[in-house]
Amino acid sequence: MSAGANLGTTIRFRPLNVGRYFLWGSFALVLAVLPLFFSAGFAITMMSQMGIFIIAALAYNMLLGETGLLSFGHAVYTGLGSYFAIHALNWIAAGTLPLPVALVPLVGGLFGLLFGLLFGYIITKKAGTTFAMITLGIGEMVFAASLMFPSFFGGEGGISANRVVGKPFLGITYGPAIQVYYLIALWTFVAMIAMFALTRTPLGRVANAVRDNPERAEFIGYNTHIVRFLMFALSGFFAGIAGGLSAINFEIVSAESVGAQRSGGMLLAAYIGGVGVFFGPVIGAIIFTFFLVAMSNMTKAWLLYLGLFFMAIVMFAPGGIASVILMNLRVWKAGFMNRLWKPYAALASAGVIALGGFVAIVEMTYKLSDSGGGGAFSVFGIPIDLAKPLSWIVAGLVLAVGGFLYRRAWVAMKREWDDIQSILAERAT
Amino acid sequence: MTAAPGAAASIELRGVYKSFGKTQIIRGVNLAIAKGERHAIIGPNGAGKSTLFNLISGRFPVSSGNVLLNGADITGLKPYQINRRGLSRSFQITNIFHRLSVFENLRCSVLWSLGYKYSFWKALNGLADANERAAEVMEGIGLSRRRDTLAGLLSYAEQRALEIGITIAGGAEVILLDEPTAGMNRSETAHAVELIKKVTAGKTLVMVEHDMGVVFGLADRISVLVYGEVIATDAPAAIRSNAAVQEAYLGTTANNH
Ligand SMILES: Nc1ncnc2c1ncn2[C@@H]1O[C@H](COP(=O)(O)OP(=O)(O)O)[C@@H](O)[C@H]1O
Ligand SMILES: [Mg+2]
Repeated sequence: MSAGANLGTTIRFRPLNVGRYFLWGSFALVLAVLPLFFSAGFAITMMSQMGIFIIAALAYNMLLGETGLLSFGHAVYTGLGSYFAIHALNWIAAGTLPLPVALVPLVGGLFGLLFGLLFGYIITKKAGTTFAMITLGIGEMVFAASLMFPSFFGGEGGISANRVVGKPFLGITYGPAIQVYYLIALWTFVAMIAMFALTRTPLGRVANAVRDNPERAEFIGYNTHIVRFLMFALSGFFAGIAGGLSAINFEIVSAESVGAQRSGGMLLAAYIGGVGVFFGPVIGAIIFTFFLVAMSNMTKAWLLYLGLFFMAIVMFAPGGIASVILMNLRVWKAGFMNRLWKPYAALASAGVIALGGFVAIVEMTYKLSDSGGGGAFSVFGIPIDLAKPLSWIVAGLVLAVGGFLYRRAWVAMKREWDDIQSILAERAT
Repeated sequence: MTAAPGAAASIELRGVYKSFGKTQIIRGVNLAIAKGERHAIIGPNGAGKSTLFNLISGRFPVSSGNVLLNGADITGLKPYQINRRGLSRSFQITNIFHRLSVFENLRCSVLWSLGYKYSFWKALNGLADANERAAEVMEGIGLSRRRDTLAGLLSYAEQRALEIGITIAGGAEVILLDEPTAGMNRSETAHAVELIKKVTAGKTLVMVEHDMGVVFGLADRISVLVYGEVIATDAPAAIRSNAAVQEAYLGTTANNH
């Protein structure tokens, strides 16, 4: 038997993939113990939202990263899932739906799937720009509909419900936020495994082929419309689960949950994390939720920071954070990391200085427009008097010096990086 | 080597025309290729050879006429429907899955033919037949060493080999190869010819090829396409001595060699 055939068969007979089980096991453990370390009510709420958004961003990436479809309207499926889930909660309360609360996310999932099948069949007839435009159109349509049919969508106020309904199971009522966290964590874990498994099935792999080269896929027997359609519907299912969890978490669903801003959030999160790697959107969802929940509490300028962060990723790390991590892992495995610690440290220090100056100016500007000129406040305990030009000069100087140092550190780091990459490339051939 | 009377030809074209806008590119092609035949299509650049392949494989609709595969009319079918009926083609301009590894390119190409279709409930790594077949093809095209390399990072010659691998992986009985050796040097061409002989043994092969050495060494019959018309179809020796062919095409090429 030839070497090539052996290669194929070794894969087949490889014993349990210990590395992967270890990774998933650790992930489960992290989900389980996180509330022990971050036990504040605020932290629990934020982590719950992170879990929900992880599912949504991964579902979104089944389209963008895996099938090459750029959707501007995926909140339709999370949002409609939310609406049906919130009604399900009310039906459970009224005694008309005999379903444990823990399974309400499944209601969201099934309706996400249903609408994924309904809209998806038409949307996925085309790929590329046409696809993107139709998703945008359907998103607007559903948003408009949500305001037009108040009996189902609850109009401006939305629909609310009480998640403490039905019989408690083992004393679990889902009243306390921590119980909701664990429900979300469990669903996140299960949905993640399911979506990961999907990437390793014939459909999942052929979706990649359709992403890379839809024309050729048709010449190896695949109807690309059906491939896109199935991926779209399945993505709708997982998006709907996220929507269902969100209904349980907030106990209210309103029109914005199907809106364009929510759809844009999924795109942003997936892209920031990295669409080319399975776990990329997980990172993106965590960062995005952090901005949305924590940063928005700290500063009015959080959307500005998020936008700039997104732009920085697009320009300097187009593969997202996941690809930065993977590239560094490669360097580390090859034993070159020692050449990068110093440049990285220099870059980080300069970055902190520049960022400090920048944040100071942004915050001062926001404060200025708030107070109508003048006023004093403090940043990191440093008192700042807005009326004094000195405050602005100092902040500007910090930014300029930081920026200058950053630029130099970047060039030095890039030199090392490129050198290492060329060595690695040479080794590979 | 003509089809036995009564047996359906592997591929048959009946009065096929194709126009792009007002320009007629294929002008009434009639052609029957027998099962197991190795058929070469030659002709000057722009004669319509690739267009003919596009019409047979369903990439473009014909303007008029019919295409038959094993006696059944496949005119107007989609590429994937034609592929499922046992016809597979390669492209003159490399057409592979750039961000998938060599192995994944080939595995994707065997899935439909092995009946896995759109399955999302089976693990790829558990599909013994698909993995074996993909590895076998990978070995056959000499890319086992490059198993996990992304297709987009392969050398040109390797990509051409993968192009053929993707085409034959599904086990189609009718293979269309569009200039498989284009852009290759002498040794690469020789290697590619051996590869083509090996992987298409026992199948019907239709090949567009410019290299006359390759054509005369490989083909049972040759069709000469000039300005969208087949001006001759015959055995290599007869084609070589055909006056019309000499005049229209071969003469100039022969002088170049
Ligand atoms: N999709 C198309 N649209 C318009 N013209 C085309 C198209 N495809 C091919 N042609 C034209 O048809 C003619 C034949 O092209 P082609 O079949 O590629 O020739 P060959 O493969 O014999 O070199 C050329 O003049 C080319 O410009
Ligand atoms: Mg051509």
